[in-house]
Amino acid sequence: MIALIDYGMGNLGSVGNALRFIDCEFEITGDPKAIDAADGAILPGVGAFGDCMANLREYGLVEAIRDYVAADRPFLGICLGLQLLFTESAEMGRHAGLDIIAGRVIRFTHSLKIPQIGWNQIARRQDCPQLEGVEDGSYVYFVHSFHVVPEDESVVATTTDYGYDFVSAIRRGNLFATQFHPEKSAGVGLRMLRNFVRTVEAAGS
Amino acid sequence: MLAKRIIPCLDVKDGRVVKGVQYVNFRDAGDPVEQAAWYNEQGADELTFLDITASLEHRDTVLDIVRRTAEQVFIPFTVGGGIRTIEDIRDTLKAGADKVSIMTAAVRNPDIITEGAERFGSQCIVVAIDARRVPAEGRDDSDLGPAPDAEIQWLVHTHGGTRATDVDALEYARRAEELGAGELLVTSMDADGTRAGYDVELLRRISEHAGIPVIASGGAGTIEHMYDAIDYGRCDAVLAASIFHFRELTVRDVKEQLAARGVPVRL
Repeated sequence: MIALIDYGMGNLGSVGNALRFIDCEFEITGDPKAIDAADGAILPGVGAFGDCMANLREYGLVEAIRDYVAADRPFLGICLGLQLLFTESAEMGRHAGLDIIAGRVIRFTHSLKIPQIGWNQIARRQDCPQLEGVEDGSYVYFVHSFHVVPEDESVVATTTDYGYDFVSAIRRGNLFATQFHPEKSAGVGLRMLRNFVRTVEAAGS
Repeated sequence: MLAKRIIPCLDVKDGRVVKGVQYVNFRDAGDPVEQAAWYNEQGADELTFLDITASLEHRDTVLDIVRRTAEQVFIPFTVGGGIRTIEDIRDTLKAGADKVSIMTAAVRNPDIITEGAERFGSQCIVVAIDARRVPAEGRDDSDLGPAPDAEIQWLVHTHGGTRATDVDALEYARRAEELGAGELLVTSMDADGTRAGYDVELLRRISEHAGIPVIASGGAGTIEHMYDAIDYGRCDAVLAASIFHFRELTVRDVKEQLAARGVPVRL
């Protein structure tokens, strides 16, 4: 069972639909105990960074998520669910994040249109099971104004060129998180979700 | 490189896809869920559902269609038509839409743009601008092609293009962005349904000043029109309805031909 983390912010419907489509069993929950009991966890996110952190605190999920990832249990962050893992974000002021991955979340510093909306390509920076069968240069769907800047480059899974190369996915063991939306990236995205489910199954066996 | 998006638009009325010539005389072009899946298979980058009667008849948007489509199609959706309140935005996003496009409500009450952006993020808020050229004496506006020197004004229209306002479209585009819009969906009411080409002059003037993506809408009849909207009109995405609905062209046809002309597309 995979926990789809509900903290009153994320667009759970889309992720839930995609999981259902690939026949993945999941439970939508904001309960730290249920998350701890799950074999894998997904943190989606839509909205503003500060509001999302406030909700994670209110739901008592900050420690639950930190513990989950610290134990290297399979975890997938999507969009804001990637950014929230970082030390801090500059979105609408300055907000502390979960600080699971050292680094910052910054606004694009170029003069291209912001938000970046649409399909862009990913360049692979490491081999990982979460990207198995995904061709280098695949198009995935992005909607964001901010991007992550990890201190440790070894966590970088993919980069994408929008004005400059930014980090579009990170991976550390069983932690995988994407700036793009796999649940909105047609076949390529569904493939990544299936890969994640496979890492959950592998970790559980 | 960020690809230019090709967006089929499903104009929906009473649960069916329709597309009117200048918003009257509907022709039935099929079931929305089936069509959405068909577009997804062809490589559509995004889908837009427009409940074209909602503003006129004050009905809720087509949440059920969005819900059913979102269960089987995994590309982004925008839903427009009849989105009037923050609750409408929330309900629509909850049904599976990624974005809402707001038109009439945003002209009447621009605060909804800001509030929507603050609550759900700018990226969810598409501000739709239905613009029509202002008739001027001695000027022939029948050709909507490039007209860089002509003094043209476009006014925003509401209620499916039926009501004129005194709001200048270029001014409104700037304002919408300042208020927090994530994208602009620009429809020429002069071109809409004619299939004679987008109003590329309108698109270019809005795109030149916009710091957010601009989606071209209204008038697509050929691939050349789409190329013009991207090239001359400087748009980030092109939306079309009837050109795709009657299966004259597939999204793949359009993309292959645009790619051959150097436009970055997702193939």
